[in-house]
Amino acid sequence: MRFSVSAASAPPRRLRRTAGTGAAVAALALLAGACDGAGDKAANSAEGGPPQSGGTLTFALAADPTCLDPQQFGANASLNVGRQIVDSLTDQDAGTGEIKPWLATSWEVDPQATHFTFHLRPGVTFADGAPLDGAAVKANLDGVVALGAKATIAGSYLTGYKGTTVLDATTVRVEFAAPSAQFLQATSTMSLGLLSPATVAKTAEQRCQGDLVGSGPFTLRSYKPNQSVELARRTGYAWGSSLFAHPGEAYLDRLVFKVVPESGVRAGSLESAQVDAISDVQPQDEGRFASGYTVLTRPNPGVVFNLQANVSRPILAEEAVRRAIQKAVNRPELAQTVLTSKYKAATSPLASVTPGWVDLSAQLGYDPEGAKRLLEEAGWKVGSDGVRVKDGRRLSVDVIFAPLFNASQSVLELVQQELRKVGVDLRLRKLAAGEQNQVQNSGDYDFAYYNVTRSDPDILRTLFSTRTVNRLKIASGDLDTVLDDQAQSLDPVQRNAKVAQAQRIVADRAYVIPLFELSQVHGLGPRVHGLSFEASSRLQFHDAWVSS
Amino acid sequence: MRRYLVRRLLQAVVVLWAAFTVSFIVLFLLPGDSLSIKLGGLEGTATREQIDAVRGANGLDDPIHVQYAHALGDALTGDLGTSAQTGAPVAGTIVDALPQTLQLTGVAMVLAVLGGGGVALAATFTRLRALRQVLLSLPAIGISMPGFWVGLLLVQVVSFQWGLLPAMGNEGWESVVLPALTLALPAGAMVAQVLAKSMTTALAEPYVETARAKGAGRVRIHLRHALRNASLPALTLAAVVSGNVLVESVVVETVFSRAGIGRLTAAAVDNQDVAMVQGVVLLAALVFVLVALVVDLLYPVLDPRVGRAV
Repeated sequence: MRFSVSAASAPPRRLRRTAGTGAAVAALALLAGACDGAGDKAANSAEGGPPQSGGTLTFALAADPTCLDPQQFGANASLNVGRQIVDSLTDQDAGTGEIKPWLATSWEVDPQATHFTFHLRPGVTFADGAPLDGAAVKANLDGVVALGAKATIAGSYLTGYKGTTVLDATTVRVEFAAPSAQFLQATSTMSLGLLSPATVAKTAEQRCQGDLVGSGPFTLRSYKPNQSVELARRTGYAWGSSLFAHPGEAYLDRLVFKVVPESGVRAGSLESAQVDAISDVQPQDEGRFASGYTVLTRPNPGVVFNLQANVSRPILAEEAVRRAIQKAVNRPELAQTVLTSKYKAATSPLASVTPGWVDLSAQLGYDPEGAKRLLEEAGWKVGSDGVRVKDGRRLSVDVIFAPLFNASQSVLELVQQELRKVGVDLRLRKLAAGEQNQVQNSGDYDFAYYNVTRSDPDILRTLFSTRTVNRLKIASGDLDTVLDDQAQSLDPVQRNAKVAQAQRIVADRAYVIPLFELSQVHGLGPRVHGLSFEASSRLQFHDAWVSS
Repeated sequence: MRRYLVRRLLQAVVVLWAAFTVSFIVLFLLPGDSLSIKLGGLEGTATREQIDAVRGANGLDDPIHVQYAHALGDALTGDLGTSAQTGAPVAGTIVDALPQTLQLTGVAMVLAVLGGGGVALAATFTRLRALRQVLLSLPAIGISMPGFWVGLLLVQVVSFQWGLLPAMGNEGWESVVLPALTLALPAGAMVAQVLAKSMTTALAEPYVETARAKGAGRVRIHLRHALRNASLPALTLAAVVSGNVLVESVVVETVFSRAGIGRLTAAAVDNQDVAMVQGVVLLAALVFVLVALVVDLLYPVLDPRVGRAV
């Protein structure tokens, strides 16, 4: 962050015009350095002079939000809108992963991480005038549980939820039946963002369609499906997160999201200034915004895009096969050839911006000879068509995937070629969005390709504990113990040690083959300043402003 | 005439029922369902039990005939159900989106008929062989250009480079121009092709000779005598084309980021939103039935001989 301060001292307007000079290049390089990795908050706030209040920012989304309620829906488009409407009990520092005060000025957690007591900031109101007090917090948490499967993400944060006790108007205690260290981070997400009790009382469908009142820096003015969402500044907003760059009301008068599904049209709209900023810049369009624009990017925290093994299948039950596949994948090549520099090769099952991440790139190095050796030792001999065979069975596995991310097919095709070089046949099974769950539940697959965004390492427990979904279909064992241990401790040193151990187990036994980190890539026009990512790589517009 | 209308209405009911039933069966046979899509996907963390519970509560585990009977019964009472994806009532969602699409397709059809008709008349009227050849080859070019590509080209040049018209949205007449042009091009080309051909045929008929012998001018012969006869096949075609325009709106509304029936359809199909897909299918069937009926009723107006046959 020191870098962006030094860039701020240079006059930015001139900087762009004289981009050929050495000083400017150096400054730009520093800026780029600051954009890298986790320290990218407000990457472009340094430009454009002092912030100006007022004006409208128009932002093109790639998809219709479909449902605006952040407690219910997990799509990026809905979360990017929902984040502006709701506040959270806490906030998470995108750089360090630390949990900081927002609506809760302080909190205490018991040593078992089952009791969480929050002290609320007094005087906070929802946009409908209702006070944001202990009773409102309780109504929200109970409401999420009542939503059940309609709030899968928020609901998973409340696994083991026993209840909330309102101790007084500004104090609440949330209790869990089992240790749940992740809950503290969960309170910082928009999925557990707080809605007015009147909103909580509405039906799930009414809330989806925009009958939605929060306490956030913006209020919802209109939602026209497939068209636009309009937000207006909340006047009198005075309870921003301690991580916001400025206190008080948001700078923007109005924030308009337009739904522009075609990526080329999105890029062209930004170039022709019909919108101020766009989401989901596609790799082929990135070059159009090389100069004069800001490409705001940050990897998604959580579990990287990976091939997750179904170890109940005979071939993948063999650890040697899985480990050979782990060695046969050239991750840097994936990131460089199929994707762009905005996407990083995976260095662990967790993305590098996830708290508790450890760099396992040494264990995940490209070693095709080692892979071949492992397979030879395990008795897999090269057959007539180049695919290895053992006991009459070909070393052929499939991977199920849905076209959720545009480049997925190309990524998997490259992995297919790489595995082929060591004698493993990978069959690509493209599924429709709704088919994945069925196939995965039926267990009729070898590898599943996916990623999950979560800025807390507990996502490893959600996915890989045998006590939850048990996607790996492994027997319970030491991985469960490690994952349960990390859920019991909020001490970063203790917890990170367990988290690191869990990452090593998952990578060493090759339960998952990490591939690359998904990134959010947004294009910002020259008018836009101060826009930044929060810790789960969704946008926070409180500090964003437009120059006239 | 009344018996004719009653018969046509009964036919329309059968068409609507068939469209409803076929789409229901097709959607039932597809793997996956709307709730699995909404709740899960590989990246979702909903457990199997959670999804099963919601499936059961929504009747998705019932056998097909039970689900079908429910859906048909609701549809007969005017309840098209709620969208699994958004939770909003299907009928209301369609009513909200319909004006946008009617505006778009209406302008497109006017442009198509005026433009296509104009090209056809100019081609048959001109005495310059070269001009006629050029005009007659236009429809083939128009039909062979994919709508997606034409739309992107118009956006790039007219909106992004010249900055004349907006590239997106539903607001104001400006936003209709480019998408309507995109839709009108293939539609107009088809109208032009058929009209030019039937004009050529009509102009070779003996009654044209008679009219000419009586001293009628070329313009009068063209517009008063030949066009009236030649417009019957073009009118039939226009009915088909207006259905096509509705179909094409799926692509055009996506390219031009317009809300409307096309976008609803695309999202509903993507998410296997059964109720919503069925609502759109019923709407499309209704449009086809209505347009066909209007055209049938127009025939006797244009050609009294048809009226006698009814």
